[in-house]
Amino acid sequence: MSIDDQSIHAETFILNLGPQHPATHGVLRIKLTMDGEYIVDAEPVIGYGHRMHEKMGENRSYAKFLPNASRMDYVGALLNTHCHVAAVERLAGITVPERAEFIRVITAELNRVSSHLLWMGAFLVDLGAFTPLLYTFDDREDILDLLESITGSRLTYCYYRFGGVCNDIDDDFIAGTRSFIERMRSRMPMYHSLVTENIIFRKRCEGIGGVPAETCRRYGATGPVLRGSGVCYDVRRNEPYSVYPLFDFSVPVYPEGDCMARYRVRMDEIVESLRIVEQALERIPAGPVMAEKVPLILKPARGECYFNVEAARGSFGMRIVSDGLDAPYRLKVRSPCFSNFSLFRECVRGTLLADALAFLGSLDLVIPEIDR
Amino acid sequence: MPHDWLWETVRLLLYLVGLIGFAAFNAAYLSLLERKEPAWFQLRRGPTEAGPLGLLQPVADGIKLLGKQLLVQGGADVLLFKIAPVAVVIPSIMCLVLIPFSETMGARDISLGLLAVYSFAAINVLATMLGGWASHNKYSSIAAARVVAQNIAYEIPLLLVIIALVMVTHTFDLREIVAQQAGGFWNWNVLRFGASPLMPLAFLIYFICMLAEANRAPFDMVEAESELIAGAFTEYSGMGFGLFFIAEYVNVVVGSSIGAVLFLGGWHCPFGLLPGLHWFLIKLYLLCFAVIWVRWTFPRTQIYGLLNLSWKVLIPLALAHLIVTAVTVKLV
Amino acid sequence: MWFDDLKDGFSESVWQEDAAPYLVETNHAARGADLETTVPAERVADAARVMYEAMFSLEAITGMDWIVEGRMELVYDYVQFSSGRRVTVRASVPREAPGLPTVSMIYPGAEWHEREARDFFGFIFIGHPDPTPLLLPEDADFHPLRKDFTG
Repeated sequence: MSIDDQSIHAETFILNLGPQHPATHGVLRIKLTMDGEYIVDAEPVIGYGHRMHEKMGENRSYAKFLPNASRMDYVGALLNTHCHVAAVERLAGITVPERAEFIRVITAELNRVSSHLLWMGAFLVDLGAFTPLLYTFDDREDILDLLESITGSRLTYCYYRFGGVCNDIDDDFIAGTRSFIERMRSRMPMYHSLVTENIIFRKRCEGIGGVPAETCRRYGATGPVLRGSGVCYDVRRNEPYSVYPLFDFSVPVYPEGDCMARYRVRMDEIVESLRIVEQALERIPAGPVMAEKVPLILKPARGECYFNVEAARGSFGMRIVSDGLDAPYRLKVRSPCFSNFSLFRECVRGTLLADALAFLGSLDLVIPEIDR
Repeated sequence: MPHDWLWETVRLLLYLVGLIGFAAFNAAYLSLLERKEPAWFQLRRGPTEAGPLGLLQPVADGIKLLGKQLLVQGGADVLLFKIAPVAVVIPSIMCLVLIPFSETMGARDISLGLLAVYSFAAINVLATMLGGWASHNKYSSIAAARVVAQNIAYEIPLLLVIIALVMVTHTFDLREIVAQQAGGFWNWNVLRFGASPLMPLAFLIYFICMLAEANRAPFDMVEAESELIAGAFTEYSGMGFGLFFIAEYVNVVVGSSIGAVLFLGGWHCPFGLLPGLHWFLIKLYLLCFAVIWVRWTFPRTQIYGLLNLSWKVLIPLALAHLIVTAVTVKLV
Repeated sequence: MWFDDLKDGFSESVWQEDAAPYLVETNHAARGADLETTVPAERVADAARVMYEAMFSLEAITGMDWIVEGRMELVYDYVQFSSGRRVTVRASVPREAPGLPTVSMIYPGAEWHEREARDFFGFIFIGHPDPTPLLLPEDADFHPLRKDFTG
């Protein structure tokens, strides 16, 4: 057998990454065709965590679906439930009291911070640095404690109701949130000096996992992936919902499109979310937290609507069709990770295995949200 | 005299038993340090349940590993698969035989001790590759390829630094090298500016190469748990894995010992007082502490970053150091 | 302005006549879209090309089963990142023969959305590069979101 260039490169092998693999953070399988350590093709195989939430949406009443919404993207559960309740409210024409909208924004933004902190820790574990995970979990713990004090749960919140929220926030929560904002701001320089300026971290992120803006558009990628590719699209800004237009915040955009850009977007979003929470605490009006006269069994008139929110991972949308009964006729969930992950195959070709895993980590995937 | 010959054999055997014990003890308690130390960094407590302060945790781990079945999966090359863990741990212990612990302690002094240590260290690489290759697992095969690339890349700067050192000391004998550094820290090779102003840099290169040679983070490409599961050791269970684990820590001990001997004055006190085993151990464990410290601070490098660092940074620097040293030795 | 651009595109590629009567402007705050239109099923790819050239991104493809009317519907949600405008394109196919062209060569991201719609409803996407189940098991021969699915 002649050992010419052709025959060496013709010899590829299949590497089965997952469904159980330390870097996939869940039951995700990627069938990699490898040429040495270079990836020739990467075929994602998803659906291991498929629970058919859309069918469950059809065969139970609107209120009974509330806990389901928080179990898709369990890391940013409040943002999903926000989408669900807002979609149903839009469909049924329920007006939410302003105080409730403020509470929703405060809790949802805290949830976004906790989601980004979790991502940062997990991403660094993917890169082989374990210590930052413990630091981010330490900060995230504070958020979970705060949210637990008003929602009653720590991860899969079911706090929003059609027409408001189920508990009012108290002074302890407000004081605790204020002190958390102070603490989190003082921690950011530490994260930047420990992680952002770390030479190995930069070498592993800068120029790795490039996603052009055009690719994001062709695949429908949103959220930090899109903003890390230089496109300034944030649902909170471009299609304002809730009381977001009242607040002054900026949408961080980095044009590089690499892992570092996505990392920077998320780090900046933590700061921006803290700003939103601070303003919301400042300006929260008094009043009821539930709309009056929301029927216990909701039967929206026949119709259809689409609602999407800026979840921690991108644009999370729901399309609900009502036929006038107490359960939706059709409930479609548009999950950001599904679209963000679909570009993986195209963008990962020709990269090294370790870079592909850094890229996978930087997409911030929550597998149950992809599988639904 | 036959009598001397017998006594020497008994002495060596006793040393060997002692060194195996030393290796096992270090592997066990460095693994505990490996958990306790990051626990301090990470605001947690580490193992606390087994024994006071978790001191019996390594014993519990050992019993667990001994109690596990040794699985050999289908398709593996059974002979090589079983040889590899043994072949990885024996050279590590052989290296310990050659290390002068103090003025009077040390199993065997040979005039080419430094060369012998690095000859044995090379077997280690071969054995790790063998284990990965024989596993018949794609992750392990990738790791086997990585370990070879990595070690070829890092032995060159390492040996360049050592050649430069030998040019200064005029000997390969480890005991002699330590003896030359008596009298205080200003006589240590790391600060021997008279030989080459780049000596501290040489020590840094040595330390980086030692991390890479021992497959320690940030150069743990061979194990890379978030990429290759456990790399070359993925398919090993029970004590098969345990031996790789022991070998890793013994390699850290050997690397740190050689570092202490070559650069930090071995058993000599920094201020020229009370030389002895305790100084050697202090230096040894300070270096081990630093090795673990580095692991829990830095992310893992990427394979090309690792090779770039070696070929584009470390080797040119080591060569520069070699030339500077050669010129100085010639002139002085 | 953007409406006129889209209207011209649709007129030229989809209907070959003035598209204005088919395009319904809707209230974003009430419906979640700025524009809705229903196109013939065999024209969805042409509509996708119009949307692609107007710098829209495909956000989701939603299947629906209108069993009483004997048809199934696909809803394509498009969003324009620069403005946040949304356009909903609908197409209906008979339940017995739910075939329509794929848009995956225009929007590769649609490949997964179409596989999902195929899983749940049994749509047949003509020209789809990989029409295998995505979320359901690879041997699944049922379509759980059809209204006559009994489990």
